[in-house]
Amino acid sequence: MTRAFLLAMGVLLPASVLAVLVALAFGSVTIPTADLLAVFNGEASRLHSTLVLELRLPRALAAFAAGGLLGIAGALMQVLLRNPLADPYVLGLSGGASVGALLAMLAGLSMFSVSMAAFFGALLSTVIVFGLAHGTGSWTPTRLLLTGVVVAAGWGAMISFILAVSPTAELPGMLYWLMGDVSHARNPYPAWGVLVLVVLLALPLGRTLNVLARGPMQAAALGVAVRPVEWSIYIAAALITATAVTQVGAVGFVGLIVPHMLRLVFGNDQRVILPASALAGGILLTLADTLARTIIAPEQLPVGVITAMLGVPVFLFLLYRSR
Amino acid sequence: MAEFEQPPAQPQPHAAAADARSVHEAPGPDTLLATRSLVIDIPGRSAGAPLDLTVNQGQCWGILGPNGAGKSTLLHTLAGLRAARAGHIELRGTPLARHARRDLARGLGLVFQKHHDGFPATVLETALIGRHPYLRPWDIETAEDYALARRALAEMDLGDMEDRLVDTLSGGERQRLAIATVLTQDPALLLLDEPTSQLDLHHQVAVLDQVRKIASHPKRAAILVLHDVNLAARYCDHLLLLFPDGTACWGPTRTMLVPAALERLYNQPLSVGEIDGRPVFLPTIP
Repeated sequence: MTRAFLLAMGVLLPASVLAVLVALAFGSVTIPTADLLAVFNGEASRLHSTLVLELRLPRALAAFAAGGLLGIAGALMQVLLRNPLADPYVLGLSGGASVGALLAMLAGLSMFSVSMAAFFGALLSTVIVFGLAHGTGSWTPTRLLLTGVVVAAGWGAMISFILAVSPTAELPGMLYWLMGDVSHARNPYPAWGVLVLVVLLALPLGRTLNVLARGPMQAAALGVAVRPVEWSIYIAAALITATAVTQVGAVGFVGLIVPHMLRLVFGNDQRVILPASALAGGILLTLADTLARTIIAPEQLPVGVITAMLGVPVFLFLLYRSR
Repeated sequence: MAEFEQPPAQPQPHAAAADARSVHEAPGPDTLLATRSLVIDIPGRSAGAPLDLTVNQGQCWGILGPNGAGKSTLLHTLAGLRAARAGHIELRGTPLARHARRDLARGLGLVFQKHHDGFPATVLETALIGRHPYLRPWDIETAEDYALARRALAEMDLGDMEDRLVDTLSGGERQRLAIATVLTQDPALLLLDEPTSQLDLHHQVAVLDQVRKIASHPKRAAILVLHDVNLAARYCDHLLLLFPDGTACWGPTRTMLVPAALERLYNQPLSVGEIDGRPVFLPTIP
């Protein structure tokens, strides 16, 4: 376990720094490495330091934090449901967040209110999915997954309805939010706080999650308090997802493909997979956002388009190769 | 059951006793697990007879009964994984409910009948999860934990498979791995649900030898659900018979091996033979 952990961190930590540097260097204007170094030494021109420190850095950090949160939320959900296809998007959390955000936009509220509405939409969806899946008896992973998929479909219909009745002027903003967009992220630090906290909490919980992945009965027989642990994971995953969508909108696929790819490389020890998912999710979204800013610069693409265009073929390839 | 016919030529060493009677034993200082008027909860079934079992250190108990009699449910209840309908269970004199889950996992370990493997894992990783109850959240498995897991794998004849993925194992190998995991867990009381069900003849004997060796340790005991009356007769010193009508009967093995009781247990006429001075039970096939 120690070797896999050190290997994962040894690869992913430098890659994270590199990804943020790439995000700082590229955009509508490319900044050469020497000038980038000058910015950090305080010797660069005003234009460059404003561009890097006030525009690109907060955005890159926001993308990294949101990607990390989505990655770790996906990894947690997959252990909880013992199903590699679970992620916040599939389970309807992102759908609830989207409906909340769109309703706030329709009402003409501020960007801050839109974020809050998204946060509470995600939590509402969590309560609905978990409450309904619990039903009258005990819930099973299959039942929770099915409930999540159906609730997600319901949110999808509501999203279409809101889009249909919205004034045309509102539509571009709404569509960008739905596909994920980092350009509104101003303050990445709360999300970073949540990310660091979650990784610190997840590390000591990793072995318990390994045991829980063997099924609730086996976990209970090995001394795991199954009910409290499962509830905590679900609530944590909901809060994490809500924080992430508040930052960047409904970005899909990060929670699905990141843990899956890492498992293929580093095995299934959650003590490795959880922190690695945080870093790899951050790297993926930072680079995807850099692409979104540069492909058709000076215009910008929604970052969710990039993650989906990268994620769909990669995931299908992995699925095809594994049996 | 009038059509049951016992072939008259068969020797019937235990025919003198018409039926088996429970032997109640009061819990003592050697008692590891005791049940007090325990009624297990099987959904949709009326309550069965209350059980007052006393499992002492060094004992190996066998649970026999037909399909659906509640053998697995009883085992899960004894492990504290299911609530009982009435009565309670004590581990070393303290009710199960008053033990912390983690302490309980050091006191008793359970091998399930079915094994769920969520994500791919290796044989060694699977055996190592048996150390979970001993490790605190920040602990990483030590060399000693690895040594325990490797020894358990070797005892279950899996020593050369530690890097194999669990989903490539055969049914019998997976079964032995589950037993190796509980050996790594090293609890005082072993609870095994049909440990021999998927094993070949050699490994049935090897596993039960190992279980009996552990159970005979002065601080340990084992409770096994078995379907093979003859293996139970050979390896267990106490038997619990769970009848299909909800009644039960328990005591030392020699007092339980009454053909009439076993026939009633399985609703199946039996022929009794003798090998090396021990009774052998086979179903009578018309």
